Amino acid sequence: MTDPTPAPVLVVVDHHGDAPRSSAYELLTAGRALGPLEAVWIGTAPDAAVERLGAWGVTRVHELPEAADLLPPERGEALAAVVEATGAATVLLASTFENKETAARLALATGAGLMVDCAALEAGPEGRPVAVQQAFAATWTLRAQATVPRVVAALKPNAVQAVAPEGVGAVSGRPEVVRHDVAPAQAPAARLVERTPRAASDRPDLGEAQVVVVGGRGTNGDFSPVEDLADALGGAVGATRVATDEGWIGHEAQIGQTGVTISPRLYIGAGVSGAVHHRGGMQSSGTIVAVNSDPESPIFEIADFGVVGDLFTVLPQAAAEIRRVKQG
Amino acid sequence: MRIVVCVKHVPDLQAERGFTEEGRVDRSQGDGTLNELDENAVEAAVSIVEEHGGEVVAVTMGPADAEDAVRRALQMGAEAAVHVVDDALEGSDAFGTARVLAAAVRKLEEDGPVDLVVTGMAALDGLMSVVPTLLAGHLRLPQATLAAELTVDAAARTVRVRRELDHASEVVEATLPALVSVTDQSNQPRYPNFKAIMAARKKAVTTWSLADLGIAATEVGAAGARTQVLEAAPRPPRENRVLVTDEGDAGTRLAAFLVENRLV
Ligand SMILES: Cc1cc2nc3c(=O)[nH]c(=O)nc-3n(C[C@H](O)[C@H](O)[C@H](O)COP(=O)(O)OP(=O)(O)OC[C@H]3O[C@@H](n4cnc5c(N)ncnc54)[C@H](O)[C@@H]3O)c2cc1C
Ligand SMILES: Nc1ncnc2c1ncn2[C@@H]1O[C@H](COP(=O)(O)O)[C@@H](O)[C@H]1O
Repeated sequence: MTDPTPAPVLVVVDHHGDAPRSSAYELLTAGRALGPLEAVWIGTAPDAAVERLGAWGVTRVHELPEAADLLPPERGEALAAVVEATGAATVLLASTFENKETAARLALATGAGLMVDCAALEAGPEGRPVAVQQAFAATWTLRAQATVPRVVAALKPNAVQAVAPEGVGAVSGRPEVVRHDVAPAQAPAARLVERTPRAASDRPDLGEAQVVVVGGRGTNGDFSPVEDLADALGGAVGATRVATDEGWIGHEAQIGQTGVTISPRLYIGAGVSGAVHHRGGMQSSGTIVAVNSDPESPIFEIADFGVVGDLFTVLPQAAAEIRRVKQG
Repeated sequence: MRIVVCVKHVPDLQAERGFTEEGRVDRSQGDGTLNELDENAVEAAVSIVEEHGGEVVAVTMGPADAEDAVRRALQMGAEAAVHVVDDALEGSDAFGTARVLAAAVRKLEEDGPVDLVVTGMAALDGLMSVVPTLLAGHLRLPQATLAAELTVDAAARTVRVRRELDHASEVVEATLPALVSVTDQSNQPRYPNFKAIMAARKKAVTTWSLADLGIAATEVGAAGARTQVLEAAPRPPRENRVLVTDEGDAGTRLAAFLVENRLV
């Protein structure tokens, strides 16, 4: 016999205004196997979002008061109160830098085990989550689990494919919405002086994109072939640190150990040498393509399809051919 | 201004890295270095002291080799160094590490207040980026992490950072004492010259055991870890790799490859 009331799985829903980010559906997909799903929404969850979460199997939505200046430590403490109130055994977040801090402070406050940058979550013995993680620029794969009853896991965006539960549309009722208060901070907190959201781009969000085309020093500052190929594929544009340091593109586009970690279905690097710092942020991509004029470039060691050639001729030709195929 | 900077000794990024049978980072290769990102932390700490006066104390937790990490910090301009070393620390997770570093900071406070704790943004072995926030949690310090830019106002006793997050750019300010973590964008670490290297030889590295910090062996190390690696395996190499040299049609061939693999 299993426990008649299994502990809920709490999914922290990152949202962009009124809409959950795509990472939220990935978390719901991963969480489904681990127990009954409940969601946490910071702010007031709009009706449409509540319904949508319901359709994805969420039975309760917990709202935490929106405080624009809620920084990760305070957010972690606020989530701890929801964990205590619900008795949740598992909490899932999207693995961004901010969320990793939130997750850490939540785990510290609740005595939970912490697993970040998970590529997948599996139901282990007694339904307890086993995390699949990658290490050393994705040259190693680990499977880990908590030794304590509670676990906070942060799942890399895009690592799990979101799949709606069976029978969507025939779901039993709207989730219950529960409001929580936040106790005043226990320790001196930092102040948020300014927050400037990134300007919306026509291209998909880097961390969530299925296709990412990356330009490096080899572009020599001209990103137009990179952008053109990204647009032909409906993908996002990324960069190496050299390219962002040179000011050719904003720092937020940097892929790598000190930038964004991506795992798109398709990565294309153009004029990128494949330094270990860069590989740390992209080596778990599905298919890796490299275009580089130097046959000795280390990126060819990890490329599924490598082209030794000049990106200024290869990329435009590929983009034109892709557009032709798509139209045909 | 008294600043504690936390530095970690990690396996060399450019070398072959792996795990032991127990699922721990293999630190037996003897090719460890100071975590590159902690050079940015030391640089930040030393330049604040150069501007506002005071001293930098470098702290590391790790096996015997880890002394190299604080030695490097001494060469870069730290005044004093602490190495927490104890057999019982083997297998510590981020919680154990933060617990020990916090105890070391508290012990340093017995000799005078600590105004600022500076860390790197991530250790390039585990890449968790969580020790700084856990440390701030233990010390009950406000935190301004992931600084791409960092300024200290000594008169107002505040620290202000600008940081680039996934979806926003932020400016965060904290009143001292506080904890900051810095990114590789925040500065260009100095390269110690001969004189600095010689001067560092005269500086002492204090070693502390768990007993010195009043921490029980069961709270840290593998015994206190909240997670456990079940399995660690090298990822199999990618198969069916194709390398073509452009002879005028590589763009078309690339497109064909993408179409064939349903990536378009
Ligand atoms: C602490 C630290 C953290 C770092 N973090 C990151 C990080 O997060 N992300 C990151 O990317 N880097 C990071 N770096 C930097 C990293 O080590 C490399 O320096 C960087 O990734 C190299 O960028 P690149 O490939 O654009 O340039 P290069 O290494 O200079 O390579 C350029 C490539 O372009 C090719 N090329 C030139 N012209 C053409 C052409 N016309 N057509 C085709 N190919 C051409 C060349 O053959 C070469 O292989 C970090 C470094 C440090 C020290
Ligand atoms: N064993 C350690 N000794 C000293 N500092 C550490 C240690 N582990 C982590 N740190 C600090 O915490 C930062 C982030 O580490 P991590 O959370 O492990 O990615 C590092 O850049 C160091 O400044």
